[in-house]
Amino acid sequence: MKAKNLEESGQPRADYDVAVVGGGLVGAATAWGLSREGCRVALLDEGDRAVRASRGNFALVWVQSKGLGLAAYAGWTVRSSEAWSGFAAALKDETGLDVCFQRPGGFHLALSERELEARANTLRRLHNQPGIVDYKTEILDHGQVAKMLPGIGREVIGASYCPLDGHVNSLRLFRALHAAIHARGVRYLPSHRVESIEREGGEFRLATTQGEVRAGRVALAAGNANMRLAPMVGLAAPMKPERGQIVVTERLRPFLHYPVVTLRQTDEGTVMIGDSKEESVDPAGLTLGVSATEAERAVRQFPLLANVNVVRTWSAIRVMTQDGFPIYDESETHPGAFVLCCHSGVTLAANHALTVAPMIARGALDKTVLSPFSARRFDVQAAG
Amino acid sequence: MFRRLDEGAHAMAVEMEIDGKVVRARVGDTVAAAMLAAGIDHCRTTPVSAAPRAPYCLMGVCFDCLVTIDGIGNRQACLVPVRDGMRIETQRGKREAGR
Repeated sequence: MKAKNLEESGQPRADYDVAVVGGGLVGAATAWGLSREGCRVALLDEGDRAVRASRGNFALVWVQSKGLGLAAYAGWTVRSSEAWSGFAAALKDETGLDVCFQRPGGFHLALSERELEARANTLRRLHNQPGIVDYKTEILDHGQVAKMLPGIGREVIGASYCPLDGHVNSLRLFRALHAAIHARGVRYLPSHRVESIEREGGEFRLATTQGEVRAGRVALAAGNANMRLAPMVGLAAPMKPERGQIVVTERLRPFLHYPVVTLRQTDEGTVMIGDSKEESVDPAGLTLGVSATEAERAVRQFPLLANVNVVRTWSAIRVMTQDGFPIYDESETHPGAFVLCCHSGVTLAANHALTVAPMIARGALDKTVLSPFSARRFDVQAAG
Repeated sequence: MFRRLDEGAHAMAVEMEIDGKVVRARVGDTVAAAMLAAGIDHCRTTPVSAAPRAPYCLMGVCFDCLVTIDGIGNRQACLVPVRDGMRIETQRGKREAGR
């Protein structure tokens, strides 16, 4: 379906049909989806020094554990997981780049009976919610896990396993999306930090550090910075950024054929170890004790990592809404303004490209799909 | 390819094994120097393109001289002095976890 451009509706023609604000994974996936719908798109980004989760993430396409407290989030995540292989194939068709999406299923390992029981309880509570999609997560004992992950240590009591979990090369995904939108004629505008947004005469005027950009619609996909931008168009994006740290080993021969929530072997052979959470938002900092704990647990999970060399560590800021669930909203006071916020820019990339972007191209979010993710839920909680 | 400048002036007192072959070296040699002196023209192949690599910078910077020493992979041959009885293996591609 082609988006109706503004000229046909008799209004003045803006520079672009849609200005997407934020050039990370969420913004780039949205811009790609919009361009597939025939929209003229500008993608406004900060410069190289932007605090960019898309370059620091762990690259899981992850289902298990998602949705405790909001059943619709589980369904939304499964939908993206199911759409991911087609999404990856389309990107490869357009760019020749293989983002190495694999969905062998994934593990969450427990190092004590207490951890395994906590895990089983969480999954039970998740599955007992009304309207929950069944994503077939099982609790396995040591022997069952060892058959699939031969390298596990004796301390691994058991695990949860979900067949829908997978992973991807997320840096290549980032590159492929940018290559694809470039080839499709999306105008990428780096170093265009948005300072203010006004709606005037049926179009949006975005004041940036390098002049004004005009567009018929605006989609805010700027991660934690949506907190600053959303109120400019009558929307809310309550965020709670948190820092995560990752430890990376030298390249090893393939030994781990399934991603674990805290540890995965990439298509290139390195092992990434991560999943820490700190409330600090200093993007340049690194807490050595956190890296040490991550490495220590990794060695208990996979003892063969004990003498492997670490080649890199880094920290990055997670995009996180205040309740951890995504926000998709459209403005009532500024029709044509949309906001997209989520933690899982990798997992949900297929949904942003194939489901949300076509809604924005049509001019309205489909409430039957996205109403659970409106930021109005925060007002209800505040009132309660 | 390489020849010691003072060939014969010092005893080749260290005996070690490279890929199962007995090689002699001088006390104070690094593993990399001993391999070059023994005429070994590459110590590994790269993990990505399988291109052959030999010791290059000889000062711990380039990581081209990676070998397996006494069962531990990806060691920098230019930073490890030879020892009697040492077992060296040239590497093919990525290191194996646990070795």
